[in-house]
Amino acid sequence: MVSTATVTGFSPRILVFSTNNISDPGIDLAGSRHLHYSATVSTMSVPCSSGLKPGWILHAFESGLDGVFIASDGEECALLPDCAERTSRIVSQAHELMRAKGLEPQRLKMAAVCSVCAEPFVNYMREFSQMLTTMGPVTHAP
Amino acid sequence: MSEQRRLGVYICHCGGNISDYVDVEMVKDAFKDDPEVVVAETTMFACADGTQHEMIRDIKEKHLDGLVVASCSPKLHQITFRGVAKRADLNPYQYTQVNVREQASWAHTDDHVGATEKAIGLVRAAVAKTKLSPELGGWVGGLGAMFPHGTSGREQIDLLVAEIATRPSITVLTDAELVSKSGSFGNYVTEVRIHGQEEVVTTDVGTIVVATGFDSYEPEAGEFGYGMEGVLTLPEFMAIVDSSDGPLTYQGKPVRTIAYVYCVGNRQPAGGNEYCSKFCCSATVHASIKVAARDAAVHQYHLHRDIRTYGKYELMYTESRERGSVYLRFPDDTPPSVARTADGHVAVTVVDALTGNEELTIPADLVVLVTGMVPRENSDLTSLLKLPVGGDGFYNEIHPKLRPVETVVAGVMIAGACQGPKTLSESVASGLAAVTQSAGILMKGFAELDPLVATVDTAACTGCTTCVETCPYDAISMITCEGAAVAAISAAVCKGCGGCVPICAQDAIDLLGYTDAQMRASIESLTKEPVS
Ligand SMILES: Cc1cc2nc3c(=O)[nH]c(=O)nc-3n(C[C@H](O)[C@H](O)[C@H](O)COP(=O)(O)OP(=O)(O)OC[C@H]3O[C@@H](n4cnc5c(N)ncnc54)[C@H](O)[C@@H]3O)c2cc1C
Repeated sequence: MVSTATVTGFSPRILVFSTNNISDPGIDLAGSRHLHYSATVSTMSVPCSSGLKPGWILHAFESGLDGVFIASDGEECALLPDCAERTSRIVSQAHELMRAKGLEPQRLKMAAVCSVCAEPFVNYMREFSQMLTTMGPVTHAP
Repeated sequence: MSEQRRLGVYICHCGGNISDYVDVEMVKDAFKDDPEVVVAETTMFACADGTQHEMIRDIKEKHLDGLVVASCSPKLHQITFRGVAKRADLNPYQYTQVNVREQASWAHTDDHVGATEKAIGLVRAAVAKTKLSPELGGWVGGLGAMFPHGTSGREQIDLLVAEIATRPSITVLTDAELVSKSGSFGNYVTEVRIHGQEEVVTTDVGTIVVATGFDSYEPEAGEFGYGMEGVLTLPEFMAIVDSSDGPLTYQGKPVRTIAYVYCVGNRQPAGGNEYCSKFCCSATVHASIKVAARDAAVHQYHLHRDIRTYGKYELMYTESRERGSVYLRFPDDTPPSVARTADGHVAVTVVDALTGNEELTIPADLVVLVTGMVPRENSDLTSLLKLPVGGDGFYNEIHPKLRPVETVVAGVMIAGACQGPKTLSESVASGLAAVTQSAGILMKGFAELDPLVATVDTAACTGCTTCVETCPYDAISMITCEGAAVAAISAAVCKGCGGCVPICAQDAIDLLGYTDAQMRASIESLTKEPVS
C-alpha cells in the first residue's frame, strides 16, 4: 500500500498535543465522523496543555517533525483556571528555543479545540498541513 | 414569590423607656423603602398580650416569613417572641430580638441622636441577619402552583422537609456557612458556622454536593421601563399572582391588561448574558394560564423572540393561546420599548415581525419583564472549594454529558441551577445524579486515587518555592529533607494536571505517566521509519 505522502512527495509530519478530557475527545469525534485529515498528523494526549515542557516541543523538531500543534482547552480547562495564559507562556518559551535553533516560529501553533470541535480541528489540520507543505521540511541541522 | 423575604419589624416604646431617648418613628422609617420589610410598626409594649396577637395576625395575614422585635434584652423576652412565632406557625428561629433598651436608650440617655442612630444600626443588622435565607427550599419554596403539574412549590418543599425529618441519617443545618475544608478526598474535614456564631461545627465528610442555585436577573433602572410603576420582574409578578385569589389586582386596582416582555437579561449580545434560561418561557406561559383561569377577561400579550416551551411544555403554550393569550414576535434586533402614558398607564411599543414589521402600541396595567437566571454571588464558597466557573459565571462540571455532576475536585459534586439554568425537574434530576454519585463513593468505603500525580526529585530541587505558588490546589508544600528545604507534592491532593512541570527551572518535577523520559521517548518513536 502506498500512502498519500509517498504519492505527493512531501507531506509534513505534525505532532498534535491534545488534552485527555477536552481536545482529545474532539479529535476522536473527527475520526468517528470519518472527517479526513492527513495521516502524517499524530496526536499525543496529556492531562493539560499547561504541563507541556517547551523542551519537548523542540525535541519534536529535532526528531524530524515538521510542525507541532497544541490543541488546548482554552477557557474550558477544568484543571487550571489560567490554563490559556499558562499554555501561551509555554508557546512563547518554545518559540524562543526554536528561533535560537533557526526554526520558523510558524511551525508551532496553538488553538483551543473543544470536546465537540471535530470540524474545526480538521480545518486546522488542513490549513496547518498546507502551510507547512509550502514551507517545506525542516532544513536546519539540529 | 422569589427568595425575597417578607419580614415584620416591630419597634417597642417600652412605655417610654426606649422612646424617651430613641426616636422610634425614625427607626421605623429606616425600613420604609425596604421591599423585604413588609410590616414596620412601633408599639407601646411589644410584650403585651394584645400586641402579641397583632403580630400573630400580621404573620398569618401578610404571610410573613421572618420576625424582628426591637425592644429589651433577649434575656428577658426572647422566649416570649419565639413563642409568638411558634403560635403563628413561623419557625421560631426566624425571629431575631434586638436590644435597643439596655444597649441603646438606657446606655445613652444623654445622647438622643446617638442612641437613635445606634438603634437604627442594630435593627438593620438584625433585619439583614434574618433575611439570610435560613429556610430550606430555595426559590421553589416561595412559589405557588408551578409548571408542569400545577403543584405548589411551597407544598412540595414542605413534603420533602417532613420526609427529611423522619430520617435520622440526615442532619440539616440552616443559616449555616461552610467556612473551611481541609484534608483530601476520602478524608475531608469541614467547618460550618451556624447563625453567624463564633464556634464552628466540625464534620468529617466523604463528599460535598454544592446546590447553591441562581439569582434572578435584576434589570437596570430604565431597562424596559424598569422602575416605573406597573413594570415588574417575573419573580415580582409571581409573588403577586401567588399571594392572592380571584381576579388579579395591582395596588388595589383591577388588572385588565398584561404585557409580558420575554428574554430580559438573557440571550444578550456577546459580552452579556448570552445564554437562554430555559425555564422562563414555560413559567410565564404557565402564569398566563393561571391568570386566565382566575379571570378570563384579562388581556394578555406575550412579546417574544421565540417561545421555548420545549418538549411537552408545548401543550401549555397551546392552552395559553386557547385561553386568549396573544403572542407577538419581535425581531431580535428590535426589542420593545416601555413608556408611561398620559393617563398614568404604561404602554409597550413592539414591532410585530409576523405582520410585516408593523409597529403596535399596547397600553397595559402591568408590564412583566420575563427575567432569566444569573449566577448567584458565592465567591467565598467558590474559592473555598476551588469550584471551576465557566464563561457564563455558572459552575462547570467535568463534562455535561459524560460526567455531568462531578467537578475536577474529587468528591465535590455540583447540582441544580448553580450549574446553569435549569427547570425544577432538571434540577432535581441533577440532584439525584449527585447523590447517587456520592453514595457510590461512600458505599465503597475507601477512596481510590489516580496514581498519575506529580513528584519532585528532591536531589534536583533547589527549594525556590515557585511551584508552591503556582499550584491552585495547594498540593505542594515545603518540607525539610536532609537539612534542606525542598518541595513535596501530596499524592492525595495533586490533580495530576502537570502545570508545575514546565514551571520548574531545575526540571525537578515529573508527572507520573508523562515523565520527561517517557515524553521524549514517545516523541522520538513517532518519527521512526515504518517497518518495510
Ligand atoms: C419566578 C420563578 C418561577 C419559576 N417557576 C418554575 C416552574 O413553574 N417550574 C419549574 O420547573 N421551574 C421553575 N422555576 C425554576 C426553579 O425555581 C429552579 O429550577 C430551581 O429553583 C433550581 O433549584 P436549585 O436548588 O438548584 O436552586 P435554588 O432554588 O436557587 O436554591 C439554592 C439554595 O441554596 C442556598 N444557598 C446558596 N448559596 C449558599 C451557600 N453558600 N451556603 C449555603 N446555602 C446556600 C440558597 O439559599 C437556596 O436555598 C422558576 C424560577 C423562578 C425564578
